[in-house]
Amino acid sequence: MNGVHDLGGMHDMGPIPLERGMPAFHANWERRMLGMMLAAMSGQRLNGDAFRFEIESLPPADYLRMSYFERWIPVLGALLVKNGSITPAELASGKAARRAGKAVKAAAPPVGRTPRSRREGAAAPRFTVGQQVRARNMNPVGHTRLPRYARGKLGTVVQDIGVAGFPDTHAHGQGDKPQHVYSVRFTARELWGDQAPPRDAVYIDLWDDYLESA
Amino acid sequence: MDQNRREFLATAGALAAQPLIKTGDQEHHHDHHHDHDHQDVPSDPALRVKALESLLVEKGIVNRAEVDALIDRYEHQVGPRIGARVVAHAWVDPAFKQRLLTNATAAIAELGLGGAGDGATMAVENTPAVHNLVVCTLCSCYPWSLLGLPPVWYKSTAYRSRSVIDPRGVLREFGVEVPDAAEVRVWDSIAEQRYLVLPERPAGSEGMSEEALAALVSRDSMVGTAKVALAADGGRR
Repeated sequence: MNGVHDLGGMHDMGPIPLERGMPAFHANWERRMLGMMLAAMSGQRLNGDAFRFEIESLPPADYLRMSYFERWIPVLGALLVKNGSITPAELASGKAARRAGKAVKAAAPPVGRTPRSRREGAAAPRFTVGQQVRARNMNPVGHTRLPRYARGKLGTVVQDIGVAGFPDTHAHGQGDKPQHVYSVRFTARELWGDQAPPRDAVYIDLWDDYLESA
Repeated sequence: MDQNRREFLATAGALAAQPLIKTGDQEHHHDHHHDHDHQDVPSDPALRVKALESLLVEKGIVNRAEVDALIDRYEHQVGPRIGARVVAHAWVDPAFKQRLLTNATAAIAELGLGGAGDGATMAVENTPAVHNLVVCTLCSCYPWSLLGLPPVWYKSTAYRSRSVIDPRGVLREFGVEVPDAAEVRVWDSIAEQRYLVLPERPAGSEGMSEEALAALVSRDSMVGTAKVALAADGGRR
């Protein structure tokens, strides 16, 4: 989705908010939100890609206004409604419809992430280290981890990181589609034009399906 | 998919996105016309989180002890001191440093560090010729098991947007000047691999113990937004 979360290369987002001491939390509710999110993610085996897609689906103005932990409040509720463990009415009222003696089983089968390395059925790697590749020009309306600023650009594969599930399908319950992920080097000039410093580069971790040979 | 998403957003998502949870406030006045939406629940995040936690506890989805333990883990047990131990060890043990740069996941595991929470880790070395900077432009991916929770600046739209297009300007904002002759490498860590910057060992630290060296290593230096200096700067991030 070409959402506002895809921030790479945007201007005018202001100075970087630097704080001395840099506390991890600025309010106690942020602690609770973190703990709840982590507990629910593992306990309910929530889908991490779907989690990211929910965040990206927040209205753009809200996304920009909200803090990092604040975005999680509606997102956790939405994920739990989606997996059937709470109802919209319960979320709206803040009360369980009936007292639960124990954990309520999710109506939909939980879709967790399969173990990271060397999965069964992984697609063979289509690219090798040193190969020149082009990031595909694609604009899916669903979840994707191919940032806009890289689309259509030429890069070089510098590392085969191994196998991972494909976020574009996994976020939407369309399967894990395990495939290789590569670290791809793009020169700053390829990405940003001739004014960019001649030696600088951006390395992006990209799934096999995001690339084509060039 | 899109239709499903729309239907979903029209119901649950919309409910969740708005502060609609009832407070049970018995003193709510009904002496006005109902020609606008009630805001029965405060939009204050603190109250919304409290309501959500009480619902999830009541439903048995989370329990408070588990939530407390997770908070304690990320607030008190995991943090940049872990990454600093890895860096200091690499500075004093060249063979370890080589293993770290070749296979950071395995090298960090040798020290009994890292592990759960992050996938594979890659270590990238700062030298006089190369300066590395880590970002996640799409969300805020960060090596939690080595550095703990990300700081606010790392999650900010300003850092996420500009790091890839103007890393030297971003570094200047942090007080780091990279010479024109050196290469800046930005790592947009948007997949499962996490990145640890191995900062340059400061000159004059030759006689220092590994423990003393680790104390010099700031969190920001392991993300690439600071250099390691001999004297702590008084408010090291």
